[in-house]
Amino acid sequence: MTSYVLKNVSIVGGAATDLLINEGVIAQIGNGLSADQVIDARGCIALPGLVDLHTHLREPGKEDTETVLSGSKAAAIGGFTSVHAMANTNPVADNAGVVEQVWRLGKEAGLVDVRPVGAVTKGLGGITLAELGTMADSAAGVRVFSDDGKCVHDPVIMRRALEYVKAFDGVIAQHAQEPQLTDGAQMNEGIISGQLGLRGWPAVAEEAIIARDVLLASHVDARLHICHLSTAGSVEIIRWAKSRGIKVTAEVTPHHLILTDELATSYNPVFKVNPPLRTQADVEAVREGLADGTIDIVATDHAPHAAQDKDCEWSAAAFGMTGLETALQVVHATMVKTGLLTWQQVGERMSYAPAQIGRVATQGQALVVGAPAHIALFDPNTEVLIAAENSVSASRNTPFAGYTLPGTVRATFFNGLPTVLDGKLV
Amino acid sequence: MTHTQGRVVLDSADISRALTRLAHEIIERTQGAQNVTLMGIPTRGVALANRLAQRISEIQGSPVQVGAIDVTMYRDDLRMQPARALLPTVIPEAGIEGRLVILVDDVLYSGRTIRAALDALSEHGRPQAVQLAVLVDRGHRELPIRADYVGKNLPTAKTESVQVQLSEHDEIDQIVIRQAS
Amino acid sequence: MKHLLSTADLTRDEAILILDTANQLAQATGQGVGKLPPLRGRTVVNLFYEDSTRTRISFEAAAKRLSADVINFAAKGSSVSKGESLKDTALTLEAMGADAIVLRHGSSGAAHTLANSGWISGSVVNAGDGTHEHPTQALLDAYTLRRHLRDGAGDLAGATITIVGDILHSRVARSNVHLLKTLGANVRLVAPPTLLPFGVDTWGAEVSYTLDDALVGADAVMMLRIQQERMNAAYFPTIHEYSQRYGLNQARVNLMNQGAIVMHAGPMNRGVEITSEVADSPQSVIVEQVTNGVSVRMAVLYLMLGGNEATV
Repeated sequence: MTSYVLKNVSIVGGAATDLLINEGVIAQIGNGLSADQVIDARGCIALPGLVDLHTHLREPGKEDTETVLSGSKAAAIGGFTSVHAMANTNPVADNAGVVEQVWRLGKEAGLVDVRPVGAVTKGLGGITLAELGTMADSAAGVRVFSDDGKCVHDPVIMRRALEYVKAFDGVIAQHAQEPQLTDGAQMNEGIISGQLGLRGWPAVAEEAIIARDVLLASHVDARLHICHLSTAGSVEIIRWAKSRGIKVTAEVTPHHLILTDELATSYNPVFKVNPPLRTQADVEAVREGLADGTIDIVATDHAPHAAQDKDCEWSAAAFGMTGLETALQVVHATMVKTGLLTWQQVGERMSYAPAQIGRVATQGQALVVGAPAHIALFDPNTEVLIAAENSVSASRNTPFAGYTLPGTVRATFFNGLPTVLDGKLV
Repeated sequence: MTHTQGRVVLDSADISRALTRLAHEIIERTQGAQNVTLMGIPTRGVALANRLAQRISEIQGSPVQVGAIDVTMYRDDLRMQPARALLPTVIPEAGIEGRLVILVDDVLYSGRTIRAALDALSEHGRPQAVQLAVLVDRGHRELPIRADYVGKNLPTAKTESVQVQLSEHDEIDQIVIRQAS
Repeated sequence: MKHLLSTADLTRDEAILILDTANQLAQATGQGVGKLPPLRGRTVVNLFYEDSTRTRISFEAAAKRLSADVINFAAKGSSVSKGESLKDTALTLEAMGADAIVLRHGSSGAAHTLANSGWISGSVVNAGDGTHEHPTQALLDAYTLRRHLRDGAGDLAGATITIVGDILHSRVARSNVHLLKTLGANVRLVAPPTLLPFGVDTWGAEVSYTLDDALVGADAVMMLRIQQERMNAAYFPTIHEYSQRYGLNQARVNLMNQGAIVMHAGPMNRGVEITSEVADSPQSVIVEQVTNGVSVRMAVLYLMLGGNEATV
């Protein structure tokens, strides 16, 4: 195995030093190290390989938009070494057969650790529990269960699910969206939606479910994870729940850290997403929440879509944005450059904590000697003009097309082998 | 509108004399202007038509029919610039059917405006005849059009511009020739 | 501005130019002139995804009177019955050489999507997109108001206009609020709270839940059509109650200023939002609105297509 040394790198914001990667682990940290391949990492930050708790890889069923392989490539470009593949595929990942298929495809691609998420209910129908235990016991070792795309809105089903997965240290990840309050909804309910004549998706539809679910989780003493939290009110509810010792964790997407519903004025469906882009006040609240740890992690909710599902009028367009390739740049811009997070904390929010929640033992470890060499090397000193056609993902629906984002992922190491070098796939 | 540049070729008194002469010519050639309808081409053609109508009615002792015919939509250069604002078309009470219509304009140049005016007019009826009265004929016709009544013949170069100023729209009555820049 | 997508995009001068041009064209039509020539050689396509014979005919008449060629394309396709995509239809029309596309579509923002897509090189006239805007309706409403309240000239400064009904779902209301304010009018909105959009207090209009109060001192009232399906979605309990509280009858009309007019974009629900008596009264200008619609649409098409590029 080729050895690599990152020369003069700052490990999660620390003083510049050399980091030697050999035989799949971090072999040495110190000065004046050498290896088969030398990477000049002066000015760069080494982060533990990023772990995404919320990705849509679309395989099986929508391979025209993304596959496990293409999604793994996009993840590697973004500095990720593990992604959790959501269950709303076709067929739905509600049984051992599908999750094992996705897991095997991930292993074959060999670029990131693909952890399949199992559906909570059969076919995402919200009526009967899926075989949660069998999926946990399968080769895929599922620990995160979610009907994401849809809300587990039946309170009894949600309660049962929360309780049931305790047996194997699983966690239910809720897509909080009261379905009747959001019937036909197109964008955030606010001043903009009123002007644009687009049906509103009110914040209360997210907050009411979160409030209910934290109380349920408390009552049955179970872990709960809230997907893509987007409103100021939701942050307050999580803060309150945590203050009571409730075992809830929450994620925020990169796009909710920076984009607002004002963008819908263009009627460009690249900005159509679920939950929708909210107001500036919500953006500020989720940034604060991520800074103080109320929101535990950043998760991309990478949602690739085919061109014809975005190249149309707003109401005909699909909901979702890609995000794996730009996640770290957006977090850099919104949280590090603003002084809200240190690089050490970025490592916690984007690697350590998501690995913990997903119970992924081999990921999210501190960059110390002996740890598996899952590393993202980030150069914060560059600026990149984002162009949709440069996407490594099979889909082009990035909301950041035309934006200039700060920083580049120079290299990604997965199990000590580079998946990305010089900013490009190896 | 100021008039600092260019040279004044006709002043207020010249214009007044020209209009008086035109009024007399019209009366003479139409045997008393009984069946005449003056139709001014906006903008300044209308002011001139009104002035002519007043002079003729003073001389004859009876009112003269006067109106306006907007040619904007009938121009042959429509597609060479953005759509222009439309100006009022006013057909007098007696209409134009069977009347002797005298088109009135300030400057006759290529003749295209008059061609457009003839088209515009034809939408409103069939005059007995159409004649043309202009304050200035500056030459350079591009169509077979000629004026029946001319206030002043002003040979000009194509690089020059002729501007008729009338107190109804400008501060003063005068005709100015400018070099194109 | 190459496209007419929203009245919010019109400046006061632009709006007045359109209305003044409509005046001239109405006069020309009134003088018995047949066709006017300025759009000769231009092709106007009516691309209607929603049934609307009235608006489509109005645009067709307007285009034809200006000597344009008109193609009517009744498109199929809703979120339920997916026909050809808007993109593919647009590319087809571009291949046919459409200079302007008059689009009526069920999705808010469809006209913006078409205009900004790069699929077509022509102009887009928004003839109603979902619940968003219907700019030519607002223009013909303003034209009608100006005719009756301001002798057909200038703006509407100092006039008070009350708009009543399902504001939440009304593209007519949105377009009118923008334009009336641009023209200096004072706008009042009346609806039950469930039918007012979030953030309506930022629209610069007076908002009221009580119709009678909002009619005192008004120079005109605009009634919006109420749809049965709103009742089924619990926006109000019954049509009967809606009509009692928000329907226009003669007693309510009498609360307005002397010389006030009654307007409705149509089609009316007689007996629901407006009584037959009021609809047919001398103060009602509802039928005149339709006539004015043709003049206003002629003005829009002329200013957009009559030259080498749009004037407005």
